[in-house]
Amino acid sequence: MAAYIVRRILQAIVVMLTVALIAFSLFRFVGDPILALVGQDTTLEEQAELRKELGLTDPVVVQFARFVGNVARGELGISYGQRRPVIDMFKERLPATLELSLLSAVLAIGIGIPMGIYSGLHRDGWLSRVFQTVSLVGISLPPFLVGILLIYLFAVFIGVLPSQGRGDTVQLGWWSTGLLTWSGIKSLILPAITLGLFQMTLIMRLVRSEMLEVLRTDYIKFARARGLKNRVVNFGHALKNTLVPVITVTGLQVGSIVAFAVITETVFQWPGLGFLFLQSVQTVDIPVMAAYLVFVAAFFVIINLIVDLLYYVIDPRLRLDRTTSSDHGG
Amino acid sequence: MAEPLLKVENLRVEFPTRRGTLCAVDDVSFHIQPGEVLGVVGESGAGKSMTGIAVIGLLEAPGRIAGGRIVLEGQRIDDLPYEEKRKLRGRKIGAIFQDPLTSLNPLYTVERQLIETIRTHLEVSESEAFERAVSLLREVGIPAPEQRIKHYPHQFSGGMRQRVVIALALCAEPSLIIADEPTTALDVSIQAQIITLLKRLCRDHGTSVMLVTHDMGVIAETAHRVAVMYAGRLVEVGPVKDVVRNPSHPYTAGLMASIPVIGRKVENLSQIDGSMPRLNAIPEGCAFSPRCPQVMERCRRERPPLDTRGRTEVSCWLHAGESVDA
Repeated sequence: MAAYIVRRILQAIVVMLTVALIAFSLFRFVGDPILALVGQDTTLEEQAELRKELGLTDPVVVQFARFVGNVARGELGISYGQRRPVIDMFKERLPATLELSLLSAVLAIGIGIPMGIYSGLHRDGWLSRVFQTVSLVGISLPPFLVGILLIYLFAVFIGVLPSQGRGDTVQLGWWSTGLLTWSGIKSLILPAITLGLFQMTLIMRLVRSEMLEVLRTDYIKFARARGLKNRVVNFGHALKNTLVPVITVTGLQVGSIVAFAVITETVFQWPGLGFLFLQSVQTVDIPVMAAYLVFVAAFFVIINLIVDLLYYVIDPRLRLDRTTSSDHGG
Repeated sequence: MAEPLLKVENLRVEFPTRRGTLCAVDDVSFHIQPGEVLGVVGESGAGKSMTGIAVIGLLEAPGRIAGGRIVLEGQRIDDLPYEEKRKLRGRKIGAIFQDPLTSLNPLYTVERQLIETIRTHLEVSESEAFERAVSLLREVGIPAPEQRIKHYPHQFSGGMRQRVVIALALCAEPSLIIADEPTTALDVSIQAQIITLLKRLCRDHGTSVMLVTHDMGVIAETAHRVAVMYAGRLVEVGPVKDVVRNPSHPYTAGLMASIPVIGRKVENLSQIDGSMPRLNAIPEGCAFSPRCPQVMERCRRERPPLDTRGRTEVSCWLHAGESVDA
């Protein structure tokens, strides 16, 4: 168990270093950072001095090591556009993105999995057909279109929900939350649906097909032949066996919810990291872009780590214990 | 004769398909006495497994019992509601399936699977169920059952897993076990052990067995009586010695002749020409008539009924006149 975790963590570190290298390369290859920092009337001597002062004349390896060290300490540099530490901007924006992503994930998992189980168990029921049709819509419409349609319907046409922003927020330390005010919660609904719809339908379709697959297996037939109650067979034996693939995909999808937030946040003018990222792309604000890249990668790596550990908990066959007997003969 | 444990009368299992209804089990009647082992043989698709599945009430839609009756211990069971049938499964009728490697849930320990089965059917405490589970494992010949019970299925070999499956089938002391090809997926050396075990357990517990297989060797060794199925129909049923040594139906005769004998060298293996008809193309009259070496005009027109007069019951016009007493 310990060796397994250590191996996974080492792999995660390698991935993060690779991502850091890419983020670091952004600074080197997307224009000259000095030119981005200084005004037009700075002399070449002053530029050279600044270059030296910022350590840009050091060997690349040294610069990369310094970059990794800074990121690890939470020093993400200073935004070219706003002249403020990137870490402060992230602290302002992070709660908005995480609250939105969290609610989307809860919607996607909390609705997708039960829908999938239902339509797996009642394959030919009319409700299953409705789910299948709805899921087709969710899987084929791009989020920005869903967002615009929802805004048109609920914000413009019916006018019950706000079309943009977070509403009123409450400050808890450095964390600003929209979950404690009525307008904050109302503002969350449309973006959360927009962001989670694709994932919800994907999870539903996956759970459905996995359930159908597992329900055909011999051990489910044998469980029924043993006279076990339907509830036990369906939710104990069958559902648990669908979990490994479902957790894999769900984990990755939760990661993409954070990554896809860029689009949804833009549509809803949501003051989160994704919106910040898009603005930074427009102004070539490389420190912000690099920090966002590292942030999203770290999120994926952490989720993957959790998924790997969950496999271990669910499937005894992956617990490679050495006591596995290989006795032959009946 | 004593009241049979299981009586199947004119059972008919149908599968509606787009191109008409297929009849997987057609007018099959047989019975099993308490403590008796009935072998059911036939080629793949002859309807033997389907008969077993119909008896335990696990036909999957759209398949359905379209006619006939299944009576267990004097009680009709084929028309019971699902929940009542479920209570019979495991309690009155145990089942053993073909592939022990896939019959056990890979994510649960053997202990959990045994205990949940025991506690589904018997009013016992967790610790009593555990005691019973350990003694079942000991009975089916699993060494060190106290330790092995904590293991997962993948930690057992194929033969050991089939022993666990048998223990699961015996959890609530059912009066009938339906064993569907219990040894087909196992090594030959282990097959004999499993068959011996099954025989011993059923003798000790007085359990009847419906042994579905296509292995005549297993039948000859284990069964008291044997039923031969062809294209969803019962062609012959009788004491195993009579059917094996002196088959009445030409299909049974062909089947027996096709079993090679070890030590006897033959030029060509004996075989029945042609193959079993598909369920959607069963000929009129006797289903075996196109392949039958002794076919008569009548066989192609009229379907022979099962002649129940003799010790061996046979469905063939050749024996229409006299009663068959081998």
